[in-house]
Amino acid sequence: MAWLSHDETIALLLSLRVAAVATACALPPATACAWLLARWRFIGKSLLETALLLPLILPPVVTGYVLLEVFGHRGVIGRVLDALHLTIAFRWTGAALAAGVMAFPLLVVALRTAFESVDRKLEQAAATLGANAWRIFFGITLPLSLRGLVAGVALAFARAFGEFGATITFVSSIPGETRTLPIALYELLETPGGEGGALRLTWVAVIVALIATLGAALLLRGQRATEIES
Amino acid sequence: MIELDFALTRGEFVLQLALRSEARALALFGDSGCGKTSTLHAIAGLLKPARGRIALDGRVLFDADERAGVPVAQRRLGVVFQDVRLFPHLSVRDNLRYGAPSSNDSSRFDDAVQLLGLGALLKRKPDRLSGGQARRVAIGRALLCDPAALLLDEPLSNLHREARAEVLEHLRGLKRELALTTILVSHQADEVLALADAVALLDDGRLRKVLPVAQFGGEQRFATRATAEAR
Repeated sequence: MAWLSHDETIALLLSLRVAAVATACALPPATACAWLLARWRFIGKSLLETALLLPLILPPVVTGYVLLEVFGHRGVIGRVLDALHLTIAFRWTGAALAAGVMAFPLLVVALRTAFESVDRKLEQAAATLGANAWRIFFGITLPLSLRGLVAGVALAFARAFGEFGATITFVSSIPGETRTLPIALYELLETPGGEGGALRLTWVAVIVALIATLGAALLLRGQRATEIES
Repeated sequence: MIELDFALTRGEFVLQLALRSEARALALFGDSGCGKTSTLHAIAGLLKPARGRIALDGRVLFDADERAGVPVAQRRLGVVFQDVRLFPHLSVRDNLRYGAPSSNDSSRFDDAVQLLGLGALLKRKPDRLSGGQARRVAIGRALLCDPAALLLDEPLSNLHREARAEVLEHLRGLKRELALTTILVSHQADEVLALADAVALLDDGRLRKVLPVAQFGGEQRFATRATAEAR
């Protein structure tokens, strides 16, 4: 990465780490929420649906501010985390939390659609064969939702990688700690003579987004080829 | 012993059955929409009756008065669905093993594979099977979950003549080899004559009568005529 400066390289690596951790941490709860919405009817379902989609609808700055109020040094959870020496405000882990919260609705929507497309009759058949709910989910529902899962993960990763508003509000811009690629790009634009760096980071952002999307497409194509061969 | 005494409602359709049969293989016979498949699904636990009791060979699967209902996964019933329902992402081998994943009894697996002539198909995915082959795999999968009884929903439907003869032959073989309580849903007389010991005639959600299969020929004509007159 000789054509990127040291600071730009650090911002890129930080963004990749933040996006990967955010997506990985958001995946299990998003899967659970998507399954709940796809397979169950319960009181308050519409409310839950709306609440889960809020980060997608709200201005990112609002989400970042809420995170600061809750997870900041004076926040309800933040104080507990501080006492446990697990501070996340103004740390890269906080950036991952902000990115994860912003990517979460995309994962839920993609996974819910994928789960809903799985024929429930197959799950019934699995139950008659003695499978419990876990085995049905991991053995039938999830494998048959793989396309939606991969697409959702790619989308969430790209969203987390590009997160800006919530991140800068919640964890500010600390070089090497919370200054992710989009924040570094913004600051370069604000700096006289920073256009060259901004252009380089723009290219990097485009390339990462393309790799995430193409990677997902190749994975799915590989899976389809395996299915056809077998 | 098959003991069914229950009522369930699906939309405007009301299914109300009360029968006891000592037959090893009982066929539920009647026109489309008379409640055969709903009965089978109630026995399997996929539909919940509003009231009543369901027991097979003395084992109570559902009893509304006792508020007892064995969960679907614990009923130990080998269900062969009319629409087959093989798992599309699993090979035939993995489909067959799904109901007994930790079983080390390979002879049981081999016996079922041999009995149903599935040896050459084990590595295939379901989308590479013919209709008859898929039906045989579904039967094998149901057998290998070590069922206490078999529930067969129109096992020969939507098959062309050769596939029909092929699956029928295998089902006859199963009936000879295994002494399993079997409930068969059918609207085809030859299927009933070949596979059942007794027949329950259903009409519009009600049981008309239960009779030995030997008396089925004449009753079948009567039942069909009565159904036609009722309409």
